[in-house]
Amino acid sequence: MTAETKAPEDFLHPTREDAVASRRVFLKGAAAAAVTVLAPGVTLTMLGAEEAVARPLDQAVTGKTRWGMLIDVAKCSDGCTACVTACSKENGWSTASLTPTDAQWIRKVSVKNPKDGSGFAAPVMCQHCAHPPCVDVCPTGASFKRADGIVLVDKHICIGCRYCMMACPYGARSFVHEPLIDQKDFAPRGKGTVESCTMCVHRVDAGGKPACAEACADSGGGAMLFGDLNDPASEIAKRVATYRTTRLRADLGCEPGIYYRNI
Amino acid sequence: MAKIAFQKLEDHSPFFWGLLGLHAAVIALALGAAYYMEHHGHVVTGMNNRIVWGLPHVFAVFLIVSASGALNLASVSSVFNKLTYKPYARLSGILAIALLVGGLAVLVLDLGRPDRLIVAMTTYNFKSIFAWNIYLYTGFIAIVAAYLFAMMDRRASQNASLIKGMGWLAFVWRLVLTTGTGSIFGFLVARDTMSGAVMAPLFIAASFLWGLAFTVLVLVTVCRAMRQQLMTEEMVATVKNLLFIFALATLYFTVIQHITKIYWAEHRDAERFMLLEGGIYTTLFWLGQILIGTLLPMALLTFAGEKDSRNVIVVASVLFLIGGLAFMYVTIIGGQAYPMRLFPGMIESSSFLDGQVAPYTPTLPELLLGLGGISIAMLATGIALKLMPFLPVGPRAVAGQTSAHGAAHGAAVPAE
Amino acid sequence: MMATRRYLPLLAGLAVALLALVAGGGAGKAGEGVRSTIAPVPAKGRGDKCVADTSFMRRYHMSVLSHQRDDTVHDGIRTKQFSLKECIDCHQVKGADGRAVTVEDPKHFCRTCHDYAAVSVDCFECHASRPGEPTKTGRAPPARGSSEAAALAHYLSRSQSR
Repeated sequence: MTAETKAPEDFLHPTREDAVASRRVFLKGAAAAAVTVLAPGVTLTMLGAEEAVARPLDQAVTGKTRWGMLIDVAKCSDGCTACVTACSKENGWSTASLTPTDAQWIRKVSVKNPKDGSGFAAPVMCQHCAHPPCVDVCPTGASFKRADGIVLVDKHICIGCRYCMMACPYGARSFVHEPLIDQKDFAPRGKGTVESCTMCVHRVDAGGKPACAEACADSGGGAMLFGDLNDPASEIAKRVATYRTTRLRADLGCEPGIYYRNI
Repeated sequence: MAKIAFQKLEDHSPFFWGLLGLHAAVIALALGAAYYMEHHGHVVTGMNNRIVWGLPHVFAVFLIVSASGALNLASVSSVFNKLTYKPYARLSGILAIALLVGGLAVLVLDLGRPDRLIVAMTTYNFKSIFAWNIYLYTGFIAIVAAYLFAMMDRRASQNASLIKGMGWLAFVWRLVLTTGTGSIFGFLVARDTMSGAVMAPLFIAASFLWGLAFTVLVLVTVCRAMRQQLMTEEMVATVKNLLFIFALATLYFTVIQHITKIYWAEHRDAERFMLLEGGIYTTLFWLGQILIGTLLPMALLTFAGEKDSRNVIVVASVLFLIGGLAFMYVTIIGGQAYPMRLFPGMIESSSFLDGQVAPYTPTLPELLLGLGGISIAMLATGIALKLMPFLPVGPRAVAGQTSAHGAAHGAAVPAE
Repeated sequence: MMATRRYLPLLAGLAVALLALVAGGGAGKAGEGVRSTIAPVPAKGRGDKCVADTSFMRRYHMSVLSHQRDDTVHDGIRTKQFSLKECIDCHQVKGADGRAVTVEDPKHFCRTCHDYAAVSVDCFECHASRPGEPTKTGRAPPARGSSEAAALAHYLSRSQSR
C-alpha cells in the first residue's frame, strides 16, 4: 500500500487544499492533452474527482465524512437515463425488459402536477438517510449505516425477510427473486437477499465517485454532484449552503443524504 | 372446589384419523411448495419488489395473532378466577402453542434465506420489532409450556399461587406479543394505510376474537371425533357472548382506524383507495372483513335462539375466521399495493411502479404454504390431545356412550 | 487350535480387509505416482506461495474471510491480504476457453476440496466465483498514491495487461 496517510486535519488545512487543488488543475490540463493518446475509454476519474479524497484502505471509515449527492433537477432531462444505465452496467443488474420482480437500484421518476400539467423527471435511489427506517427494522442488523453515512445491506447476515423493503419510504430496495450468475466481483448480489444503491461504495472507498454521478457528468446533463456534506469546502456543501435545496419526504425526519434542487 | 377431570383423546373415529391424514398431506404439499420457492427464488410466487409480503404472511400473521388469543381461556381463568373456563385451560394452552408454531413455520419458510434461521436467532438489532418478536414468540412457547406444566403436574397444580403467577405472566406476555405483532405494521411510517398506534390494540382485540373462534372450532371437532359433548350449556352461552363482545371491540378499533385516517387530509387518498377504489381490496374489506366477517356473525349471535346456540357459535367462528383472513389480506397486501408518495400532491410514474397500484396475484405455492401453517397447528394439536390429558371430561356424553368411559381414562386432578 | 477355528471367520475377514487396503493403496500409487487419488489436489495458485501458510489457510481460511468481510463491509477496510477478490484472482483455474471457470465447474479451486469434504460453499450465491472482466469504466480507480502520476501509470498498466 503506497497511499499516504493523511491526518484528518489535513483535509481542512487551507494551504494543503490549495496545493492539492493546484496540482489537480495542472494535471487536468495535462490529462486533457494526454487523453487523445491513451487507450480509448479510459476514464481518468482520479484526475477529475475534485470531491473525494481517498482514505488509506487499512483504516476504518469515520463519521467525519458524510457522503451525499446533490441533484439539480433543472439539468435532468426527461428522456435521459444515463445514470440508470451506468448504475446497471457498473453493478451488474439489467435494465432490459424490466418486470416487477427485477431489481432496480435507481430509476427515473417522472412527476407531473395534476393542476397545470407541468412536471419534471428526477433520479431516485437509496437516499442514504441519517435515520434510516430500513436500518431500524432489520432484525439481524444486516441493513446498516456505515460511519460515513452510506447505508448498505450486509448480505452475509441478510435473511431475506424484506421488512426493510416494507419500511423504506422511497421504495429504494429490491429483493433478488432469482438465482444470479456472473455477478460483478465488486458488487456481490444473490438470490434471497435484499439490495439497494450502495453509492458505489467500492468506488468511493478508492477515492472515486458513484457511476451515476460520473455518467451524468460525462454524458448526461451534469445534474448529479457527489461529495462530502461534512466538508464545508467541498462543492456539494457549498451549494447546499447557498441554494435552496430540499429532500424527498423531508417531513418524515429520516434526514436523507440526497439533496434535490429545483423540484 | 370441584375436581375437574381431564382426558386424552382416546375415543376417536375414522373421522379423526382422516382429519389428521388430511393435515399431514397438506403439510407435505406445503413443504414441497416451500422447497420450490426457495430453490427457484421468489420469482415463482406472485410477490415482487412492491408487494414484498404475500399470501404466506397473511396466513402467518393470522395464525400468530390467533395463537396469542387462544391462550385467553387459560390466562383469564387463572388471572380472573373464572371457574367456567378452567376445564378448557389446558386445551387453550396447547392450542396457543400449536397455532404459534404453525404461524412461525410459514414465516420462516417464506424467508429469502431460510437456511439463515440460525443467524436470525443469534444476531440481533434490538431496535427492530422483528428482533423483539423472536424473543417474544419463543418466550411465549416456553412460558405457556411452563404454565401447562404448572396446571398439569400433580404437585405443581396444587400450588394455587404458582398457577396464578404463571397465568399472570402468560397473560401479560401474550399482550406484549400481540402489541409487538401489531406494531410490525404500526411502526411503518412510510405506509399510509398501515401506520399508526391503533394497530396494536386492534390486533389485541382481533386476537381475542380469532383465538376464541379457533378454540371453539377445535373443541367442536374434537367433540365430534370423540362423540362426546365437552362443552356445558353455560360455556356455550358464555362463548356466544364473548364472541360478540370481541367482535364488537375489533369493529370499534377498525372503525377508529379508518375514520382517523379519513379525517386527515394526508391519508384520505389512501383510504379512498382501500374503501372505494381498490378493486379486490375494497371488495375483501366490505364483503369479507365487515359483512361476512363481522356483521353477519354478530347478527347470528344476537338473533339466534337458545337451542341453536351450539350450531351458531360454530358458524359464527368460521365466519369470524374468514373475516380475519380478509382483514389480514387487506391490511398486508392492500397496504403494499397502494403506492408510496415521494412527491406528495403530484402524479408520479416510473419503471419501478411509482405512483401505480402494484400488481399481485397469489400463486399456488404461496397458498399451499399458508394452508400448511394451519395444518401444522391442527396436526400438532391433534397429536398433543392424543398423547396427554388436555381435554376436559364432558358433562354428559352423546346418547350411546357413558361419561364414565371417558372419566376412567382421564387423570382426575384438583381444580386449582 | 479350538480358538483359531472359532475365530476363523473373523480372522479371514480381517485378512481380506488388510489385503484390500494394501491393494487399494497400491492401485492408487500405481495410478497417480506420488499422490493418493483419495485426497483432493487443489490447483496451484499464482505466485510461489499464498498469503499465509498452506496449513494455516486450509484450517482458518473461513475464519479470516469472515473477519475480513466484517471489516470490509462495515468499516470499509479493504486490505488485500485476505480479500476474497484477491483470493479468487490468484486461485483462478483456466477453463478450455481460456477464461477462468466459475464455481459450476468441478475444476474450480474451492470445489476441489469442498466437494471432497461435502461442505457447501455459500459465498458464491452472491460473490462472483471468478475474476471480473477488466472493464475500463467498471473497475474502481486505484487509491491515490503519493505520486498521482505513478498511480495513473499503475492503473493504466493493469487495465491494459489483463
